[in-house]
Amino acid sequence: MNEDCDSPLPPPAAARSDSTAGSDVQCAAPPRAAPAGDGEELIEATGLTKRFGERLILDGVSLRVRSGETVALIGPSGGGKSTLLRCLNGLHGWEQGSVRVGPYRLESTGNVRPNGQAAQQVRRLLGMVFQDFQLFPHLTVLANICEAPRRVLGLSRQEAEERAWTLLDRVGMKERATAYPDVLSGGQKQRVAIARALAMQPRGLLCDEITSALDPELKHEVLEVVQDLRRDGMALVVVTHEMGFARRAADRVVVLADGRLIEDGPPQQVFEQPASPRTRQFLSRVLA
Amino acid sequence: MRQQLASGVLHWGGDEEGGIPFQFRDPEHPERLLGFEVELADALARELSVLLKHKIVAQFTPYEWVSLATGLARGDFDVILSGYEITPERQQQMRFTRPYYIYAQQLVVRRDETRIRGLADCRGLAVGTLSGSAAERVLEIAGIVQRVGFDGQVEPFLELELGRVDAVLLDTPIVTFYAEPNPRLRTVGAPFAHGAYGIALRPADAALAACLDEALGRLMEKGELAQILGKWRLWNTDQARLARPPRAAAELAGLGFDPQGRPLPDRPQPREVVAPDLVTGRAARLSFWRYAPLLLRAAGVTVLLTVLSMGVAMAVGLVVAVARLYGPRPLRALALVYVEFFRGIPLLLLLFFLYFGLAQFGVEMPAVLTAILGFGLNYAAYEAEIYRSAILSVPARQWEAARALGMTEALAFRRIIFPQAFRTALGPMTNDFVALFKDTSLVSVIAVRELTKEYLVLARSSLQFVELGLLTAALYLLMSVPLGYLSRWLEQRAGAR
Ligand SMILES: Nc1ncnc2c1ncn2[C@@H]1O[C@H](COP(=O)(O)OP(=O)(O)OP(=O)(O)O)[C@@H](O)[C@H]1O
Ligand SMILES: [Mg+2]
Repeated sequence: MNEDCDSPLPPPAAARSDSTAGSDVQCAAPPRAAPAGDGEELIEATGLTKRFGERLILDGVSLRVRSGETVALIGPSGGGKSTLLRCLNGLHGWEQGSVRVGPYRLESTGNVRPNGQAAQQVRRLLGMVFQDFQLFPHLTVLANICEAPRRVLGLSRQEAEERAWTLLDRVGMKERATAYPDVLSGGQKQRVAIARALAMQPRGLLCDEITSALDPELKHEVLEVVQDLRRDGMALVVVTHEMGFARRAADRVVVLADGRLIEDGPPQQVFEQPASPRTRQFLSRVLA
Repeated sequence: MRQQLASGVLHWGGDEEGGIPFQFRDPEHPERLLGFEVELADALARELSVLLKHKIVAQFTPYEWVSLATGLARGDFDVILSGYEITPERQQQMRFTRPYYIYAQQLVVRRDETRIRGLADCRGLAVGTLSGSAAERVLEIAGIVQRVGFDGQVEPFLELELGRVDAVLLDTPIVTFYAEPNPRLRTVGAPFAHGAYGIALRPADAALAACLDEALGRLMEKGELAQILGKWRLWNTDQARLARPPRAAAELAGLGFDPQGRPLPDRPQPREVVAPDLVTGRAARLSFWRYAPLLLRAAGVTVLLTVLSMGVAMAVGLVVAVARLYGPRPLRALALVYVEFFRGIPLLLLLFFLYFGLAQFGVEMPAVLTAILGFGLNYAAYEAEIYRSAILSVPARQWEAARALGMTEALAFRRIIFPQAFRTALGPMTNDFVALFKDTSLVSVIAVRELTKEYLVLARSSLQFVELGLLTAALYLLMSVPLGYLSRWLEQRAGAR
């Protein structure tokens, strides 16, 4: 199978979304390399309210993300960024509000996690990468990537592996395909985790502080990979503490504090003329 | 009876640890059974063949002595022929044929014993005997409080020699072979408390009992019974009591008595006589090459039992664990009840219940299957808990990662969570495997011949307790020590990942 390793980047997003989601997805695929924000609206969260016990974590949050758009989600620690991200692909339930991803609408009441067909379809459309990687320790790098395409999408072993090799090449991890996760460095693990998410050929990717556990040099290699994805017309929601990355690579920056969306605009505007004093306070603290 | 003998086989149950002269393994050829009851069973089969006009052979079913009655009721064999005393209690549960031997109780002491002249002197002293035997009952009635019951007839005399009991009361045939040849022991007083051995049958088998009575009568008349008894040094004047009307005179003659029950001066002498020192160990030692194959085969049974039982335990345990973790509320409660129940009851009780108890409701399983099921169900409770904690020890974020890839809960469990949990569980499970390995020795109660049982049978017939014990222990260690290492290695590996 090594002959395939030299294959170029995966096919363009238009072709890919057809082959993955098939007839389930009624929306038109976005044109490749569309200008940021011009794609169709992939994610739409409206009035999300969520509690953990008594504590209000999300307080009527609405967020829309278009295909091809990169949204940096920033804000103080404990502000609800991870929680919001997990609501978007139905890993958390909520109390009020709704989430739509592509043609699928997620239902939840009483903070119960959405389950069933719609939730699974949404999770196919939105890949997710975690701060602490969460690779499957009992599987090799290659098997980590192939598992979901084979079991969820029903790809043959050969098809899944072809896809995996292409992605491993793309994230620069081809040499470690047969290694188990426990021998990889943090940066390597995270690149494998990204490849694993991309192997499902999602149309959007949710990244939750994917560089926080890495030292600066490794951060760089992971952020490179993410910026590369932007060119594919994918919708990216990136929770980050890297203000530099948010400013440079995001189309929009969204600030979440105390469960509310207090800022939403182009990086320039959010960083230089923030509307809310809370944002200013936050930025002055992190940029200091 | 048609049913039982139609196949041409008289299935008789007995305890092969019953020892000399009843039934025991030939020390020269340990796979062969010897004893006066073996010869009697064969002679009876020959008589039955004549009576019923078709060929019948006797086939022995080895059984645990204390379980013989349940085994009979269960239908594991058709008759008990095992030095089984005819007692009023037993007559209420079973049907007996006419007696085939009159025994008595004999008191045995150490040669240098001075205190004991009869049973009356034994009050306040420790007296050994066989558990569940008529002798034990005699001791109880005589008011002997310190009765020490043993499972084999070798042990009471060993204990007597060692001074751990002061006297032994046992049936005369046993004393003839186990005490009289021993220079360090002697008998005191005359035999007393006479009783009779009979063949026990299920109450419904009246016709078979009648046939056996007829056959026994013929063996007496023809002198065959006297021949067998003579050969095994069991013939004595008490046997005149075996004869019965209407053919008492003919039977007496065949047994070697005149019509008044006095021994005939010219009674036929047995053609060969079994030497009493057969048991002293000097005459016939079991050589390594004789017993090693038997122990090895039994070790194979042990391994087979353990592996299959563990298989059942791991499968059932997984179902229980999953029910306990993810089932709807009633199922969860049920799974908990399962775990508590099987952890709470002794394994021995479970085996007895499955084997003998269920038989009363018409559920009859072969002993090996019962053993596998019993061990499997019992260990499943432990394995379920191991699985449960192993599953819970997989970080919740692994579930999240699997869900985020679009996996269903079932798929995530099967492909992501369970394989990780299984690695964690393997160490403790291997530990249980070793424990189960040793627990399998319990199956001797339902007459499965695994390693420990084989050891007991061989050791009791050869008295080579130490030599055989060392080999048996070595076999156990050979199997369990590597498993212990494997268990620790698996635990370490699970901890490392
Ligand atoms: N499973 C949970 N149960 C209860 N409380 C929770 C749970 N998860 C998060 N919280 C709380 O919800 C609040 C928001 O958490 P969240 O992880 O979304 O914040 P965040 O913005 O991602 O913070 P950080 O930048 O530190 O990651 C925090 O106060 C946290 O303590
Ligand atoms: Mg967070």
